[in-house]
Amino acid sequence: MPTGFFTDTTVCIGCKACEVACKQWNQLPDDGYHFTGMSFDNTMHLGASTWRHVSFTERPVPLSGADTGFSWLMASDVCKHCARAGCLENCPTGAIVRTEFGSVYVQPDICNGCGYCVSGCPFGVIDRNHDDGRAWKCTLCYDRQKAELEPACAKACPTDSIQFGEVEELKQRARKRVEELHENGVKEAYLYGADAASQPGTGGLNAFFLLVDKPEVYNLPPDPEVPTIRGNQSWKAAGFAAVGVAAAALLSALIGRTAKNES
Amino acid sequence: MAEAHPVGFQWVMEAKRRGATIIHVDPRFSRTSAVSNIFVPIRAGTDIVFLGALISYVIENEKYFKEYVVSYTNASAILREDYQDAEDLDGLFSGWASENGQYEGPTWHYEDVELHEHGAHRTSESDAERSALFGPRVKAHATDRTLQHPRCVFQVLKRHFARYTPQMVEEVCGVSPDQFYKIAEHLCRNSGREWTTAFCYSVGWTQHSAGPQFIRAAGILQLLMGNMGRPGGGILALRGHATIQGSTDIPTLFNLLPGYLPMPKARADKSLIEYLHNYTAWSGWWTEFPKYMVSLLKAWFGDAARRENDFCFDYLPKITGDHSHMTTVVNMADGDVEGYLVMGQNPVVGSPNAGLQRKGLRNLKWLVVRDFYLIETAEFWKDSPEHERGEVSAETIGTEVFFFPAATHVEKDGSFTQTQRVVQWHHEAITPPGDARSELHFAYHLGKRLKELYASSTDPKDRPIQDLAWDYSLHSKRQEPSAEAVIAEINGYTVADRKPVNGFVDLKHDGSTACGCWIYSGIYAGGVNRAANKKPATDHYLYGHDWGFAWPSNRRILYNRAAADPQGRPWSDRKKLVWWDEASQKWTGYDEPDFMKPVPPSYRAPEDAEGIETISGDDPFLLQPDGKGWLFAPTGLQDGPLPTHYEPFESPIANPLYGQQCNPGRLEYDRSDNQLARPISDPRFPYVITTYRLTEHHTSGAMSRWLSWLAELQPSMFCEISPELAREKGLQNGDWAVVSTARAEIETRILVTDRMQPVKMGRRRVHQIGMPYHWGNRGLVTGDSTNELIAFGADPNASIQESKALMGDIRAGRRDRHKGIAKGRENAPENELRDLPIARHRPAGRHNVRAPFSKQGDQT
Repeated sequence: MPTGFFTDTTVCIGCKACEVACKQWNQLPDDGYHFTGMSFDNTMHLGASTWRHVSFTERPVPLSGADTGFSWLMASDVCKHCARAGCLENCPTGAIVRTEFGSVYVQPDICNGCGYCVSGCPFGVIDRNHDDGRAWKCTLCYDRQKAELEPACAKACPTDSIQFGEVEELKQRARKRVEELHENGVKEAYLYGADAASQPGTGGLNAFFLLVDKPEVYNLPPDPEVPTIRGNQSWKAAGFAAVGVAAAALLSALIGRTAKNES
Repeated sequence: MAEAHPVGFQWVMEAKRRGATIIHVDPRFSRTSAVSNIFVPIRAGTDIVFLGALISYVIENEKYFKEYVVSYTNASAILREDYQDAEDLDGLFSGWASENGQYEGPTWHYEDVELHEHGAHRTSESDAERSALFGPRVKAHATDRTLQHPRCVFQVLKRHFARYTPQMVEEVCGVSPDQFYKIAEHLCRNSGREWTTAFCYSVGWTQHSAGPQFIRAAGILQLLMGNMGRPGGGILALRGHATIQGSTDIPTLFNLLPGYLPMPKARADKSLIEYLHNYTAWSGWWTEFPKYMVSLLKAWFGDAARRENDFCFDYLPKITGDHSHMTTVVNMADGDVEGYLVMGQNPVVGSPNAGLQRKGLRNLKWLVVRDFYLIETAEFWKDSPEHERGEVSAETIGTEVFFFPAATHVEKDGSFTQTQRVVQWHHEAITPPGDARSELHFAYHLGKRLKELYASSTDPKDRPIQDLAWDYSLHSKRQEPSAEAVIAEINGYTVADRKPVNGFVDLKHDGSTACGCWIYSGIYAGGVNRAANKKPATDHYLYGHDWGFAWPSNRRILYNRAAADPQGRPWSDRKKLVWWDEASQKWTGYDEPDFMKPVPPSYRAPEDAEGIETISGDDPFLLQPDGKGWLFAPTGLQDGPLPTHYEPFESPIANPLYGQQCNPGRLEYDRSDNQLARPISDPRFPYVITTYRLTEHHTSGAMSRWLSWLAELQPSMFCEISPELAREKGLQNGDWAVVSTARAEIETRILVTDRMQPVKMGRRRVHQIGMPYHWGNRGLVTGDSTNELIAFGADPNASIQESKALMGDIRAGRRDRHKGIAKGRENAPENELRDLPIARHRPAGRHNVRAPFSKQGDQT
């Protein structure tokens, strides 16, 4: 059974415990010490050494039902472990595999740093390390799961904004949570990437989100599509094009010959 | 709370999920506001007006829980005729002795209270030992349960807060009447028989010149609404950092002994008998005081503590005045202190007026710092703004600095006590690296060496060290003392067989028991370390009695007798907690009852009752001498029996409520190295500054700025300002600014955000600048410390500095590293403006510190 994350951004308090727990468990280096002036976000995006990232969005309008005059949306982003993973499908060496937990995993000893995966990810998650050139991203704590432990970020999350479990069970839980929020007046709550129907471009995400504004607000693509999803279509198109070109060439040759003969 | 206590905040989110309304009142929109239902921006330092108006609303609209108020509070008590309120005296209460700068005399007492001079009733020593019941007998004889008598507490309270109106809230706090009414209605709707409301606060309430009175105001409100001692109610003090609760229970404070026993005073407490006379109550639970004190002395001095020698009471150091943090530091700066041990603290960054802190350190002979890293306090001699300006250099500083590496909490056994009084054990998970050792190791071996050093001395002054009971089993190669042996001593034992006692009810005043801290007694009952119990809440059981140990007696909700009505029945089925069981004739319920189990609700204490028999069956607040919740505090506070709004030391406006501008009892340190701005709208410092913490760092940053994973999350000192202020002052997001106060100036990055908004107080607009304070000049990420800007100056009850509301200025640019701000008498403002029109602040003592003789409180 595939496992994954349900990230409920409505209970995220932006504590960044997930970022720290992830870096600690995976022994990742810092991204440098840069004050960005972008709200409370100083790590800015996911990358080779940041596998969990909390975004902070300041909006001049409150959430519906809240009397706060303003809202501050916090959301912990992570690799989505897509049902159809662009990175995996782009990887020419077989370094990126799908594990027994349904997660997408980069084998660092096989990765040769070609970087095709980077262009294959519609979310901009996977990234090459500037030192060794290899590609890195969230492993869904493969090593912890092997030891029957939940991933470090979910373990550290104090408010259960990050929930780990079997994807099917998480989806049910998430749908109930959306209903609950709708009942409480938070009408804008919806699930992002919970299934293939709502996100055909990825076939659904094993790490999906509950959001209360447009995906773009959270720096997520509204309609992500892994490039390889159009593979068949492309090959077909290329085939048609090839046939077309051949036909055109033949035709022009024939026409040319006719014209020559006529002249 | 989400910002500084994210782990505890999970339960707030759980409550919200179950339908609770979360209201957040704060000068700035924080992470807590982001997940609250209602956010109320407020001008820093004005909470008493806000809470006072809520009190007034509850009274005027008769929304209070009448039966609870009449039976369980002192609302019906009648006050003396000579009591005068702040309403009558323009901001002062009766009893103000301006020549001494403090309140004196009995005018705040109940009518007909028998007043005794301390110790005056001593007849014989044996009599006193049996029942040393002295001090004022605080029990109201005259009451009016209809609450109509003009001098009853309820009517006095009503008059006191009558001018705290929604309009006043708007004018002082900048909260609109609409928003005020909304909050008031929420509070009233969520209180009563079926519902309860809880208040959570942290240092945003304590760090003001009237901090304890902010909390009193919340206490009054909660008592009026019947929210104390009941499930889902109460006032939760979220402490400054891990186990600050523990460090008040078993204190690191100069004026307390373990379990809130007062530290003996040199002049008043010359012998054990005098001491017991002075502090044992006439009535209520504190009549048990002698048992706890004698058991403490037995725990500390063992066999040497005998009845004939006052159980070694003479060995205890006696205090001669104010030895609080700030006073000690000014004494250091004046060269009166030789040595200083700093353990797990970084005063150069984390304590107010960092410049004065460093001056103190420079004038020591020796300094010991125990920490994980070479923090700013350990390296003050090497590098500081004074070094940059060429005022001092390493060669001219004579302080000898010793640095001891400290073990972290995962490298040692021990406990944390959290805000609900739950003591939670942690185990040594890994061995501390290198020379790093636990505090226990340091203190134990230091004691051991001192004992060896003085072993052969015949000088009587060395007897305390020689007689100190100092036997703890050691383990591992590094000779680590057993933390469990310490908890066993704290729990207490019978001296004859060293068997652990079951709780503080087993303690005796005859020296047959020993106990290190009476309120923790029971934590090691049966020889089991109950703090180490870890049955999680996910196992679904009520109140978590098997998770850690809550003092006292593993009771999860204090004063829970109030969860039942005067007849002992639960107020409602929904809010059932503790009740009187007729069949078994005892108190029972889901929590450990906070009452004498066999005493029925119908019991009425006879006039001649003594000890805990003075508590009637409907007196739930049994630590109070009259068993009632105090709406009005006849004793115990230095600055008034009722919370009263005073403006901070530095304020943008004159106090709109009273002529008295500031708290008359405040502690002020009037020194050239601790200057204050003009008290009212100093043109040099037009903006309100408030300080706070960020989730990413821990207090002075000593535990977080050295850790790359935390340092990268908040790498730079910054201030938060509104777009409007940014426009006015030409400040750009991400650029540098200089923030200044009368003490110093610092540089900081700028974060322009809509989360900060100017406060609209009627027609007036006041800008507030938000400043975290985690940075210093050491560690992976560095920056100026906000505490450079903050003055010494404190409330009189707990000696807490006013660091949540001060006045300053901001300008674009970087700090001049070669020049400090102009200081000196010529720049001193007219201080007399601070006290209008009655009181004159009269500094006393060598350092111009006017500190009351006895103070209670903590250092958060």
